[in-house]
Amino acid sequence: MKLVFERSMPGRGTRYLPDLDVPVHLPDAAARQAALNLPELPETETDRHYTALAGQTYGVNNGFYPLGSCTMKYNPQINEEMAALPGFTQIHPLQDPETVKGCLEVMETLEKFLCEITGMDAVTLQPAAGAHGEFTGLLLIKAYHRERGDMARTKIIVPDSAHGTNPASASMAGFDVVSIPSDGNGCVDLEALKAAVGPDTAGLMLTNPNTVGLFDPNILEITRIVHEAGGLCYYDGANLNAVMGIARPGDMGFDVIHVNLHKTFSTPHGGGGPGSGPGGCKAFLAKYLPGKGVEGSIGDVRSFSSNFLVAVKALTYILSIGREGIPAAAENAVLNANYMKEKLKDIFPMAFDKVCMHEFVISMEKMKEETGVSALDLAKAMLDHGIHPPTMYFPLIVHEALMVEPTETETKETLDEAVSIFREICEEALANPQSMHEKPLHTAVRRPDEVLAARNPVIRYDFEA
Amino acid sequence: MGSYVPNTPSEQQEMLKECGFSGFDDLYRDIPESVRLKTPLDLPEGRSELGVRRLMEEMAEKNTIYRHIFRGAGAYNHYIPAIVNTIAGKEEFRTAYTPYQAEISQGVLQTIFEYQTDICTLTGMEASNASVYDGAVAAAEACEMCRERKRSVILVSGTVDPKTLSVVRTYSFGRDVKVISVPEKDGITDTEELKKLLTSEVSCLLVQHPNYYGILEPMEELTEAVHAAGARIIESCNPVSLAILKTPGELGVDIAVGEGQPLGIPLSFGGPYLGFMAAGKKMMRKLPGRIVGQTVDCDGNRTYVLTLQAREQHIRREKASSNICSNEALCALRAAAYLAAMGPEGFRSVAVQSTSKAHYLQEKLAEAGLTLCCPDKEFFHEFVTVCPEPEKVLSALDKNGILGGLPLGNGRILWCATEMNTREEIDKVSGIVKEVTGA
Amino acid sequence: MTFPENLKYTKTHEWIRFEDETTAYIGITDYAQDQLGDLVFANLPEEGDEVTLGEAFADVESVKAVSDVMSPVSGTVAEINETLADEPQLMNQAPYDAWFIKVTGITESEELMTAEEYQAFIAE
Repeated sequence: MKLVFERSMPGRGTRYLPDLDVPVHLPDAAARQAALNLPELPETETDRHYTALAGQTYGVNNGFYPLGSCTMKYNPQINEEMAALPGFTQIHPLQDPETVKGCLEVMETLEKFLCEITGMDAVTLQPAAGAHGEFTGLLLIKAYHRERGDMARTKIIVPDSAHGTNPASASMAGFDVVSIPSDGNGCVDLEALKAAVGPDTAGLMLTNPNTVGLFDPNILEITRIVHEAGGLCYYDGANLNAVMGIARPGDMGFDVIHVNLHKTFSTPHGGGGPGSGPGGCKAFLAKYLPGKGVEGSIGDVRSFSSNFLVAVKALTYILSIGREGIPAAAENAVLNANYMKEKLKDIFPMAFDKVCMHEFVISMEKMKEETGVSALDLAKAMLDHGIHPPTMYFPLIVHEALMVEPTETETKETLDEAVSIFREICEEALANPQSMHEKPLHTAVRRPDEVLAARNPVIRYDFEA
Repeated sequence: MGSYVPNTPSEQQEMLKECGFSGFDDLYRDIPESVRLKTPLDLPEGRSELGVRRLMEEMAEKNTIYRHIFRGAGAYNHYIPAIVNTIAGKEEFRTAYTPYQAEISQGVLQTIFEYQTDICTLTGMEASNASVYDGAVAAAEACEMCRERKRSVILVSGTVDPKTLSVVRTYSFGRDVKVISVPEKDGITDTEELKKLLTSEVSCLLVQHPNYYGILEPMEELTEAVHAAGARIIESCNPVSLAILKTPGELGVDIAVGEGQPLGIPLSFGGPYLGFMAAGKKMMRKLPGRIVGQTVDCDGNRTYVLTLQAREQHIRREKASSNICSNEALCALRAAAYLAAMGPEGFRSVAVQSTSKAHYLQEKLAEAGLTLCCPDKEFFHEFVTVCPEPEKVLSALDKNGILGGLPLGNGRILWCATEMNTREEIDKVSGIVKEVTGA
Repeated sequence: MTFPENLKYTKTHEWIRFEDETTAYIGITDYAQDQLGDLVFANLPEEGDEVTLGEAFADVESVKAVSDVMSPVSGTVAEINETLADEPQLMNQAPYDAWFIKVTGITESEELMTAEEYQAFIAE
């Protein structure tokens, strides 16, 4: 497809502003010499350009999106309408507090709800994404130990099954990362944890349900071991959708958390953002939170209060589904995952064949060895069937992993259809393994040459070419 | 009550049975009994869509919408053509995930590639990432890009937005890096003081241009001083100003960052916004976050993919230089669509109108008795005045539905004008101020 | 796969070519590049940096992975191979020409293998 720059023709632009009604003033200082190579298009062409691009984009509204660990649930339309209210969109962030009472009410109400859902005592809405929330939470842990003069606590323990953001966030917060192995069930190896904790332990980061889709049955033991060693426990809320309204991280022994409004609370992912990753903590850490105007805070992690419009959407969602709807969503998410898993497990080897939470992990290691067909090949084949593939090659502890998360907003019929597509592809792979390396055949483009992209990076349009 | 769970209770029972479960409790058997919630959450009952709408609208109505805005300080009131909202509202863009599966994500990948191109055009730099959370975070991440083993001290000019400084300090607390504020003199960075602070341990200087007071910094002089000391210079810039001012590329700075909100993103009480980052080719691989690149598919067709991923956290884990794994894609789309709609003429007009109206406003306010601070300095579309009773001035404007400038203390007010402010409106402001000051 | 006789090899799959007793070039072996697949970038140290025996001095990136390159000697980086930045494919195509660094002032070296020993080592 043409780039917007290739559609551009001088003189075709549409005019949106009235004439200047005051004397022209231009700065004396050296003016821009470089060409201002922006596209010039009539509005019809601009509109069609983006409509065409939207046609080559796959969103939740296009179909099933079982992308493990991403919780691609339906994004209710009412959320969007509420976030588009002029009473929210046209408010300057530096208005007098008296004139933004509605915005403050949105934030305070959402913070209160998130505290209740997670069992925390205080929440900040500043973090703009899950990784941003992790960084914020780890700084809380750092500030806590520093203030107590406990300078030796420089290590954060992270299971080897964790999202890559966990060790990266710990590193950004100035900690050394200690990776501990998982046990045979993909859960925390208690002996390894006991061996890892000590006077240098600042804390543990854990996702629970974990990244293989299992609730760690030893969770109370885990948080106890860390606390007894003087560390704090950080809860990565990536998988909160499975247990919201059923169990709370605060009751599991966690001290600091983040949640993802764009996963659990139905706000859209926007092709990569904006999301929102509020951070929460127990009362003894609350003074370190950013954005509360309290002395002792770690400081701000962004310019203004929050990804406010995302907060509006999440609040709309919680108000809609309410007290009963929260656990009902979790239950159906878990049911849908188990249903799919049961319908697939006879031909797709499960990495851990036990009751799963909201997602499960398939390992295609055996098929890869026997037929040469990889998890990647299977995922690419799904693209031809109009469903988004599961997450590939995560978590790292499972070889040839495909991680499936159907979410609660899918019907039984959708799951049945996906199951039959999975099975059909598997049969094709066994019957004709070679054909799988060619997939997909019918998408807008086919497999990209990623090596070329990385060896010879072209990351902007060349106007001179 | 609203619910987005499609399965009926009887269907659920059927599915449970098919999987061999006797009930939902069976699904949660791994959760220790003592951790299970015994009572419902203390949340309101679910509401109908109409009920929720009423509640949310009530909250929105408690806010004051100003029809006339003369406040900037990091968030700017610009005109957003209708088509920008239409494009950003397209459900495929809105509801897609990060484009990992390139074959079905060419649309969103191409919008990011076009955004990266636009940012390179505006800044005159060679490489842009796919954006980060906001302008302040972009500045903090840029400081980290400059860190070297023997050079870690960050200098931040005293004329940088205090909110940006605060975020840089927070990030530096994480990385245990020292941040030193460079004093300001007459509204700009004090070059002499800067030279004294430029030791061999300094990794970079962060400077804002136009600065927090709207004033143009002596960029050439600063760049020369910083480079002479073997450090790098980061320019935080307002993207609108780049339509008429020398680009960071022309100025020879190492990294350009800024808040992309002025590019078609509504004020929205502070977010979501857009942090842009651009650098020269040599620093391309140090840029944090997502980057989209062009390649070909197996049939030789032009194709876009996420590239240079081996820099990132999902591969490098604790050795990654940043943990960011998302971008503000929908805001970046807004920026690109805004620039496509405005075109070079329209976008230049936004810059020219903004600075022209700001200068007209400044003259009218001077007539009304508000003295311009640092009158010998050139400003873009913001400026600072001083007067004995700023509160009275601002409250008189407020009574007339006008959001005046931001009070900075010591009688100072930071004003801003854009293409949104008409001559009539500015004359009205001047008249109201005159009544307060008695000028 | 080839393993030139004039080079020495490490268990972590680097080759080293001594110019004299305290000067050498270091790169990765044919076996290493084959295992790593298409390499797209090498993160090299800077001239003047110290390298330490047994520690990583560089890393190489494929599209989806990154691997450390270890130093078999202690010394000072006298030169880096800047062509790798523009032509990373050389690491795959000509691994023994695609040296990473030239080290001078070598003070210690690990026990190195001959081509024959290395071939036996990777065959295990």
